Amino acid sequence: MRREPVLRVVGKLLIPYMLLFALYVQFHGDFGPGGGFQAGVISAAAIIFYALIFGLPAARRLVPDAVVESMVALGALLYLGVGFAGLVLGGNYLDYFVLDRNSVTGQLRGVFWVELGVLITVSGVMLKVFYIFASRRRPD
Amino acid sequence: MLEHLPALQVVVPLAAAPLIVLLRRPRVAWLLASAAALFAFVAALVLAAEVASTGAISYHLGSWPPPWGIEYRVDALSAFVLVLVAGVGAVVMPYAWRSIPAELPRDQHYLFYALQCLCLAGLLGMTITGDAFNVFVFMEVASLSMYVLIALGRDRRALLAAYQYLILGTIGATFYVIGVGLLYLLTGTLNIADLAQRLPELAGSRPALAALAFITVGVSLKLALFPLHLWLPNAYAYAPSVVTAFLAATATKVSVYVLLRFYFGVFGARQVVESLPVTGILIGLSVVAIVTASLVALWQADFKRLLAYSSVAQIGYITLGIGIANESGLTATVLHLFNHGVTKGALFLLVGGIALRAGGAGFEQLRGLGRAMPLTSLGITLAGLSLIGVPGTAGFISKWYLVLGALQAGQWWLAALVVATSLIAVAYVWRFVEAAYLSAPDERSAPAGEAPRVMLIASWLAVGACFWFGIDTAYTVEGARRAALFMLGGLP
Repeated sequence: MRREPVLRVVGKLLIPYMLLFALYVQFHGDFGPGGGFQAGVISAAAIIFYALIFGLPAARRLVPDAVVESMVALGALLYLGVGFAGLVLGGNYLDYFVLDRNSVTGQLRGVFWVELGVLITVSGVMLKVFYIFASRRRPD
Repeated sequence: MLEHLPALQVVVPLAAAPLIVLLRRPRVAWLLASAAALFAFVAALVLAAEVASTGAISYHLGSWPPPWGIEYRVDALSAFVLVLVAGVGAVVMPYAWRSIPAELPRDQHYLFYALQCLCLAGLLGMTITGDAFNVFVFMEVASLSMYVLIALGRDRRALLAAYQYLILGTIGATFYVIGVGLLYLLTGTLNIADLAQRLPELAGSRPALAALAFITVGVSLKLALFPLHLWLPNAYAYAPSVVTAFLAATATKVSVYVLLRFYFGVFGARQVVESLPVTGILIGLSVVAIVTASLVALWQADFKRLLAYSSVAQIGYITLGIGIANESGLTATVLHLFNHGVTKGALFLLVGGIALRAGGAGFEQLRGLGRAMPLTSLGITLAGLSLIGVPGTAGFISKWYLVLGALQAGQWWLAALVVATSLIAVAYVWRFVEAAYLSAPDERSAPAGEAPRVMLIASWLAVGACFWFGIDTAYTVEGARRAALFMLGGLP
């Protein structure tokens, strides 16, 4: 599909907005439907869209495999790290109340980082699954 | 830091997994996984000691008090299972140092260690959590990593075995979560202690019965109760050696624990034992499991498969204790959970050494093994004694309590059956002895040379444990008896 000018132009126009929409869904999760999981899927979909139009090798140059695999691990570590932060600040594991002097702000802060971790991991997993399936050769 | 041990017990192995994926190098991965497993073992021992001296520990995740938040609860029963799971998890790590490079390509090593850590974290989480839905989450963490661990096996049939287990395991987990969902609809709570308080007034209502049935069937699939055991033999036979040893010693045992937890911790002995035919069904299925699986084991051409079928039979003994449902019976269940875990762990570890040297563990490869691999053969024979239940071994202690429980319940025929079926175990262990010591080696048998030293040491640690817990029973029997009393409501 690399030779289709319409797709290429529309794709290049749309992809930044898809990523922006992912961020909107991420931060809107506090007030309405949304959150890290959905945002992670949307941001991965933007890259997958790019791969469909410009080919898998181009997408792999944009987001290399090593980055994708690190994302899977880093997101989970970020989540776990929030848990440990609760411990270090004198609360129980995953205690958000102690993350700020005001316990409500603490809860918001905890959820913010946890959701960011979810975004990173989900996005990484979606891309990893896509790369694995897309790079499989058809049996002859 | 000590008061946070219940959370760290699960979180440390869980955090090791993404770290391993991030660092990727095989040696670093092994080091991290070993450190996490060792930490988990020490933590489990400390927690068990604390529970024995001060009573149950409750930990509130995120400082949300139960029943709103998730509670981790260490009591007499869960502490005992934690020690078994974490102990086996720690013993297999030095074994993996040599076994994994021999069985997996180098670029998969870090994935193995990451999955092993996830599996350990999942099993520990299932044991320690006091929240019925959280059990499901950890069950999925453990199961998903198990499917992949099994699929890592060198044999291509491992893929099929993993797929079979995936399908059946998913059905089991789904049934479990349907049961929990029904309980949630009925009571509006997911906390196990809270459920136990609210259920008695709803006992006998149809959703409660349906929940009990769904949970029983779902968990029975996971623990491979006859006739839901079909995934087990292939999964054990084709998985990498370390994985087989670890899973055989822990995975089904934790599922038994979940069943115990729901029978005696949620529905309560009064409902399950007295007003429903649950124990009758369990006794019936256990008897069939013991007899048929032992007989099937007798005719296997591969020693690893033989041991896998023997596991199905041994799970029958474990569930038989639940069916008998008196103090000695439940003591036997918890004891056998532990003792059989140690025994089967030892056997599968040693068989892994044979598979490494001979390329497999078919009986034609075992001919003359007594001379080719003397230490391995001796270890298998000794652990085999524990599998049979010879006095002086761990297997004897649990069968003793099982017989005692059957006699106290006035079911002497069950006692006779336990003794009689042990004779079938004699027969299948004898098949190994005959092949290893009384047959001349031929061109298909294993070449001379022992398994690598670290693998032998890890295996012999487990063999030693078979005898240690057969002679010094203070720790296990006391722990199991406390757990049984706890389940029957005699202990806070």
